[in-house]
Amino acid sequence: MIEVREISVYYGAKSVLDRVSFHVADAALLAVVGPNGAGKTTLLRALNGTVRTASGAIKVNGEDVAAMTRREVATAVAVVAQENETRFPITVLEFVLSGRFANGGAFGWESEADIEAAYAAMRDCDLDRFESRVMNELSGGERQRVVLARALATQAKILLLDEPTANLDLAHQAMMFRLIRKRCDEDGYSAVVIAHDLNLVAQFADEILMLTNGNVAAHGRPRDVLTKTNIRDVFGVDVMLDENPSSGALRVTHIFN
Amino acid sequence: MVALLGVVLTVAAMLGAESVSFFEMTEQQRSILFDIRLPRILLGACVGASLAVAGAGLQSLLRNPLAEPYLLGVSNGAALGTMLAFVFVADSEFARPVMAFAGAGLATVAVYRMAQSRAGMNVERLVLSGVIVTTFLSSVIVMLTTLLDAAKLRSFTFWLLGDLSQATTNGVWISLIAVVIGTIVLTSQARALNLMMIGERDAVDFGVEVGRVRMLTFGAASLVVGAAVAASGSVGYVGLIVPHLIRLSVGSDNRLVVPLSAIAGAIFVVFADTIARTAIAPRELPVGAITALIGAPLFIYLLRKG
Repeated sequence: MIEVREISVYYGAKSVLDRVSFHVADAALLAVVGPNGAGKTTLLRALNGTVRTASGAIKVNGEDVAAMTRREVATAVAVVAQENETRFPITVLEFVLSGRFANGGAFGWESEADIEAAYAAMRDCDLDRFESRVMNELSGGERQRVVLARALATQAKILLLDEPTANLDLAHQAMMFRLIRKRCDEDGYSAVVIAHDLNLVAQFADEILMLTNGNVAAHGRPRDVLTKTNIRDVFGVDVMLDENPSSGALRVTHIFN
Repeated sequence: MVALLGVVLTVAAMLGAESVSFFEMTEQQRSILFDIRLPRILLGACVGASLAVAGAGLQSLLRNPLAEPYLLGVSNGAALGTMLAFVFVADSEFARPVMAFAGAGLATVAVYRMAQSRAGMNVERLVLSGVIVTTFLSSVIVMLTTLLDAAKLRSFTFWLLGDLSQATTNGVWISLIAVVIGTIVLTSQARALNLMMIGERDAVDFGVEVGRVRMLTFGAASLVVGAAVAASGSVGYVGLIVPHLIRLSVGSDNRLVVPLSAIAGAIFVVFADTIARTAIAPRELPVGAITALIGAPLFIYLLRKG
């Protein structure tokens, strides 16, 4: 569970987030949408205490993030950040196991439980038999699934995901969201997902937080947030709204006029 | 690998301008072996281990396989510290490593600060910062050499290139203690360094207290490099070559890379020094010339590959 109350973030004199409030219950999936530069990534980084807030409070499972150690935060909150590359030949298994850092001592080697968690997460992310592949030799989409597997391997019940579907093909985009949805529904996880695909979001999210220029433009159920007016105001584009005849979810179609 | 180190140490002890058999030794040979050759070989092993673990640690911390104490200017910082002790503090055997440690630490922090920018730290910026600090410190060292007389100057020039011929028993002890402490500290941080290697933000996200790991790694690297340089000058490229070879054979996990680099570094420098002692016997080459001869091409290869 995450509670965010009136947080503001500044980079120098520039206001990046301005008194943002929301909360994510257990078993809930919140999607964060908004144009580039709206403050989405900054918001996500504030949630696990890696971006300092100028005011307001963030509570994770009832505890103030600012007062927790890095290790405490890491056992409660797992992050899927936007891609980065390493110049070292790290294998998929090593990468996924690195997510278990907060669960063990610095000197120690991984326990049975660590290894089990890593393999289970790799299976969930469709990464069977990838364990000894080298990260640098994977495709962008494969790497992104490994990054998700590392977050799942932590078994932290709060997931923060920054554009987890950006490099994925259609099948894996759906797989990624289904997986997150399943963790929420079956294991009571809370997830905050930044995404650009409004249809994916409408299909899988319980609530949507729409950000623009560091302010909350709209917040609520997909049908209440993804209105023609909101989308025009925030993204500057015209859309057509109807219902996906198969899933029944809201369908957003960009009118390229 | 430990067995290989034993073999290399033994063979190195037998080889030299005067070859020694362990079974029939004259009094003079005994003296050569125990008073001159053995301290030198053991010092070589400590210096090699020191530079290799420092390289392995700094590379992971800075996410850069090209980071190396010599190239980053850490060795030159230690050299300047040693030299200041040599020139200004009467010739105390303990003042030198302490000053070298301080010099190495300051140089490390200076390079780190220069390499950082708002956009993070890229490879080129780090290497360039290292070059700048190295050349700056070199010029200070050269200015200080004008204070030395001719005889001292020659031995000093040799030392600056990396030279094990001045080995003493005390020097061996100091280096040994430093390298044992340094290797234990770096190995204790190996799991955190594995995450640092992936990315500093990843490390923070997954529970690493980055500031603490950085301080311990810089501290341990400065300690071992300080002790090594005070005893033997700037032996270059060991910290580049050895961890690279270890990663090729066992992968990137620092829990293996750091301790194995210590052993392999010891083997490498003893091996290089045996060449330095015997190649043009009875004259000698500085060991640093041999390691640079091997290391510089590898550096270029890694830079192009990266």
